[in-house]
Amino acid sequence: MRIQSLVEWFDARLSISTLAAIARKKEVPLHRHSIWYYFGGMTLFLFVVQVVTGILLLLYYRPSSEGAFESVQFIITEVKFGWLIRSIHSWSANLMIATLFIHMFSVFFLRGYYPPREITWVSGVFLLFIVICFGFSGYLLPWNKLAFFATKVGTEIAGVVPVVGRPILRFLRGGDDVTGATLTRFFGFHVAVLPATATVFLGIHVLLVQMHGMSVPPNLLGQPIKKMKFVPNFLLRDLIGWILAIGVLAALAALFPWELGEKADAFASAPEGIKPEWYFLFMFQTLKLLPAKILGFDGEVIGIMAFNIVAMLLFIVPFVDRSDNRRRRLIFNVLGVLALLYIVVLTIVGYVT
Amino acid sequence: MKPWLPNSLNALPAPAPDSALVGKVVSARLVRGLAFLFTVLTILLLVATASAQKKSSCIDCHAKLDDPRLSAPAKLFDNDIHRARGLSCNDCHGGDPNADTRESAKDPAKGYLGKPKTLDIPAYCGKCHSDASLMKKFNPSLRVDQEREYYTSVHGKLLKAGETRVATCISCHSVHGIRAIDDPLSSVYPSRVAETCSKCHASADYMSGLGIPSDQYAKYKTSVHAQALYDKQDLSAPTCNDCHGNHGATPPGIASVANVCGQCHARQAELFQTSPHKAAFDQKDLAECITCHSNHAINKPGDQLIGTTPGTLCINCHTSGDKGFIAAGQMRSRIDELIASLGRSTEILNRAERAGMEVSKPKFELKGATDALTHARVLIHSSSTAEVEKVIGPGLEVSTKGYEAGTAALAERKFRRQGLAVSLVFILFLAGLVYLKLRQIEARQAAEQ
Repeated sequence: MRIQSLVEWFDARLSISTLAAIARKKEVPLHRHSIWYYFGGMTLFLFVVQVVTGILLLLYYRPSSEGAFESVQFIITEVKFGWLIRSIHSWSANLMIATLFIHMFSVFFLRGYYPPREITWVSGVFLLFIVICFGFSGYLLPWNKLAFFATKVGTEIAGVVPVVGRPILRFLRGGDDVTGATLTRFFGFHVAVLPATATVFLGIHVLLVQMHGMSVPPNLLGQPIKKMKFVPNFLLRDLIGWILAIGVLAALAALFPWELGEKADAFASAPEGIKPEWYFLFMFQTLKLLPAKILGFDGEVIGIMAFNIVAMLLFIVPFVDRSDNRRRRLIFNVLGVLALLYIVVLTIVGYVT
Repeated sequence: MKPWLPNSLNALPAPAPDSALVGKVVSARLVRGLAFLFTVLTILLLVATASAQKKSSCIDCHAKLDDPRLSAPAKLFDNDIHRARGLSCNDCHGGDPNADTRESAKDPAKGYLGKPKTLDIPAYCGKCHSDASLMKKFNPSLRVDQEREYYTSVHGKLLKAGETRVATCISCHSVHGIRAIDDPLSSVYPSRVAETCSKCHASADYMSGLGIPSDQYAKYKTSVHAQALYDKQDLSAPTCNDCHGNHGATPPGIASVANVCGQCHARQAELFQTSPHKAAFDQKDLAECITCHSNHAINKPGDQLIGTTPGTLCINCHTSGDKGFIAAGQMRSRIDELIASLGRSTEILNRAERAGMEVSKPKFELKGATDALTHARVLIHSSSTAEVEKVIGPGLEVSTKGYEAGTAALAERKFRRQGLAVSLVFILFLAGLVYLKLRQIEARQAAEQ
């Protein structure tokens, strides 16, 4: 009786019953492409894992060139289960980027951005870039040799952009070189700026998904489509996926603990064959393959500008690809397949060479 | 304002009242004067330029001669350091390089000296090289005591006694094509010194009758010093002159050989002085260092040199049961112990690292044991087991800690795998439960519909 009155007390103030009613009403379309719906939720789950493990790492991590490497070393050798938390944080980050890519391409091919979901797509693209920034900034934090030189190369690439390149490079590095100042600001981006920004866009993204519901691929429209209740049917399926993801993360952490490597040394020479993280590899490989000069312009600059343009184009996809134009839909399908092939092939080439 | 005029013009009579006419006269004189001055200066400049281009009839003639013995000096001189410093043939040989005939150029009245005799070569070079004030004009940092030092060398002493087979300045530095000693093509550049000395010292025929062997170069090439110099290109590695001296070349005697080796191996030499071996070696008239390590064929020293088993050096003098025999055995066994311990620790830490465990800290700390081993190998020269033990003991402790860290890392890895197995069972069980619950719910929903 007391519990009942407590629920009523909260309900009167928070409208829990209304939210519960919305949740009960929410349905998920069932069709042959329904499997792709799980990747958004999986990405969100891995993001939560990142937040939790990241906060735990913060308890010991010291963001300075003198203490960063040593503190991570301390976490993985001295702190109870520190190795597990650090390895899960690293593995989960990579899995999250993988599921995010899968989610993005599935939404692209299934036209999940058709009206009225354009803003959902745009917020998703923002989240993609935020996550990539998370990856880039987080990679430097252990202050090891590989991370140091990868950051050096990465920020140098940013510096190549005409006019704004140099100021961007100096802003990212906190000076002309990668130093302790770079580490401090990357730490700031990683644990304050990016999480705050991500929370805003994630809120918008998830809210819009709830508002508009799951989209049905246009080629299935007009056909009778079965539906599944979100709560509990879909959510429990999600939950099974999340539980299994924890198992995969635990296995990866225990069997393939994330390496720490050697401490960064600004005076040491760069390790041979240095490569960025896998999700940057296709871009890195492109820049390597480009000729030094293209039509009199610096090849590297052209490459970077091209990637920037593609990134900008991602935002306007929903506004260019209209549902009423079949020909344009075909062009976008071809472009999507080509982009996917390009990323896969260049990533493999990057690893092999 | 008074206009500026040359003094001569200033001394002219005062200008006539017609100032325009006076102005014209003055400017005409000024132009003529300046034209004259310009002509004189031009002629002077041409004369100066012509005289600056020194004529050398020596090189002109010798370069054209068919006999290579006579033409070589003129050709070699192109790369000579003396030429680079502005000197020419006559600065050493005298004579007149401006003369147009052979007789005139080689006129003794013009100071022509010709080719010096072997006996005279040190003094011939010493004319300039022993003159401090003269050398300051060319190379103030160059020593000027080479000639004096030369006569203290075995070469110099023999030369003074009339032996002309010995090395003089030109034997090592070459002649006419003399290069600076820091020029890699110089015959006395560190990596070429041994080869230069070997020209005479490796020839049994040439050295016959002088009472010294001719296998030093062959032996040196097998030495650890030669490996450092030739294979590692370490120019600081010793070659002939680093031990024997250069201008004052002389073999270090029994009493001084330790000083020579001690120039680089200072700690070993110092420890040897405090060891019981010092008095024993003096008493038996044995040369320090080289008695155990040899001289020219100094091989890379190893632990196999010390001990009491066949093949070790200690048993050459010590016999079973004596104090030195026991000490040698103890030192060797402790060193072997540390090596074995280090091997075990390194192996287990490498294994843990390959398994993905973070062991960089214990691996770094293990360097302390490696350092202890190196130190112990140096302390052997004190012949004191107590001294050696001072570093072996702590080294073993460090090594044991490394081994323990490796064991702990592997145990941790085992724990992680076991923990993973348990966790996976639990995770799969949980996923199974949720699945069953889902089935139950969906069955109920189907029934309700």
